[in-house]
Amino acid sequence: MIRFDSVSKVYPKQNRPALRDVSLEVEKGEFVFLVGSSGSGKSTFLRLVLREERTTHGQVHVLGKDLARLSNWKVPHMRRQLGTVFQDFRLLPNKTVAENVAFAQEVIGKSRGEIRKSVPQVLDLVGLGGKEDRRPGELSGGEQQRVAIARAFVNRPKLLIADEPTGNLDPQTSVGIMKLLDRINRTGTTVVMATHDQNIVDQMRKRVIELEKGRLVRDQARGVYGYQH
Amino acid sequence: MRAQFVLSEIGVGLRRNLTMTFAVIVSVALSLALFGGSLLMSDQVNTMKGYWYDKVNVSVFLCNKSDAESDPNCAKGAVTADQKKAILGDLDKMPVVQTVTYESQDQAYKHYKEQFGDSPLAASLTPDQMQESYRIKLKDPEKYEVVATAFDGRDGVQSVQDQKGILDNLFGLLNGMNWAARAVMALMLVVALMLIVNTVRVSAFSRRRETGIMRLVGASGFYIQAPFIMEAAVAGLIGGAVACGFLVVARYFLIDNGLALSEKLNLINFIGWDAVLTKLPLILATSLVMPALAAFFALRKYLKV
Repeated sequence: MIRFDSVSKVYPKQNRPALRDVSLEVEKGEFVFLVGSSGSGKSTFLRLVLREERTTHGQVHVLGKDLARLSNWKVPHMRRQLGTVFQDFRLLPNKTVAENVAFAQEVIGKSRGEIRKSVPQVLDLVGLGGKEDRRPGELSGGEQQRVAIARAFVNRPKLLIADEPTGNLDPQTSVGIMKLLDRINRTGTTVVMATHDQNIVDQMRKRVIELEKGRLVRDQARGVYGYQH
Repeated sequence: MRAQFVLSEIGVGLRRNLTMTFAVIVSVALSLALFGGSLLMSDQVNTMKGYWYDKVNVSVFLCNKSDAESDPNCAKGAVTADQKKAILGDLDKMPVVQTVTYESQDQAYKHYKEQFGDSPLAASLTPDQMQESYRIKLKDPEKYEVVATAFDGRDGVQSVQDQKGILDNLFGLLNGMNWAARAVMALMLVVALMLIVNTVRVSAFSRRRETGIMRLVGASGFYIQAPFIMEAAVAGLIGGAVACGFLVVARYFLIDNGLALSEKLNLINFIGWDAVLTKLPLILATSLVMPALAAFFALRKYLKV
């Protein structure tokens, strides 16, 4: 699903590489936590997977494709098979919940019939049935993140990338979001989640990949957060 | 791609940026009106050239008695009947000459009276002060020099005058004005293009949230750019339509009505409606394509995948 072969990334005008010689593999259907302090390279890792950045050295394979060889115009096609969720939700404030979710299907040219069928379905899945016509501003943070997850999942991606999805949420709400991500993972979708949330990592007992100053320092199945505060 | 979705995005974009959109429309309208104006102006010069060159004569003025006293060209006295016959014979032999008509002193006097009958100078003139002349129509108005070199300085000839020379000054002036108009147009066009580029950038910036999300969910580059490009094209097209309106109204009020130049200057053959109408599609096409291209290039840097 994801394979890094001795990947390094140096941003222009910066001496210290954001990632140094990282090699790892994420299999289909896995649930992976990506942990590490700020500046450890988590975001760079995710940006490389989304091909918002290119590697300086090494190769990144996502969904069986070498991203270095993927031409620019094929990138959108690759991203359609990925879902993304962020800490700041990234919803469109002037669109309703249903429209926000439908947006992900409209931009890739799905027919109106398909959209009308799949949007309520996925909103039910994330537990927002009945709130289709609300706007993001009228929802709680947890509900907004559910909308974002619904949008990420509506095209049934094979891989879901989550960048600190619970970072803005209280612990109880976070648990709800994690249950939802776990449920999505059980449908066969691979989930890679960057997080700072110790409790969640410790509770879920999933694979943990830890980065420190751009290096891979730990790759542990059924791991804990283990980060010293 | 669903048309309705794209159209609604365009509408949102144009309204959000109303002042900039308005600026784009005005600058496109002005530059394209100038563009059309300069096209029409060169059409006008060409029609006038065709019209006047047809009527243009080279005139060989012959010496009369008063010239014989005052003009050094006529130092050998007024033209004689033999000289006239020789001149006419030589003119008829020249291949560039199409027709030759003779204007006697009386005819010249009559023509002068017709043209300047009211002036005090005309009242004091007498027929024998006028000059006899040969009015020559050339097959090719550019070949004036041939006649001039053959007859200038010949006995009995006071001067050879080419009316085309006078017209060329006029046309030169018109052409100069036309080039000035083109320079202004080029400048306006650059301003319009820069405005479009800027407007598109502002538009893209104010919607970076949407475009960011579109990129995340895998919208193609073209799909993301299309609303911005079409926004520019729509604004440009409105500007182009306004420019077309300008031209039609200008033709209507300058030539047919209002100023009614066609009545006041009935010596000039004005361009017809067909000349104006054939320019309109060109202007509309330019107003559509130019902003779209400008937007496309503006976005290439801005909306990377």
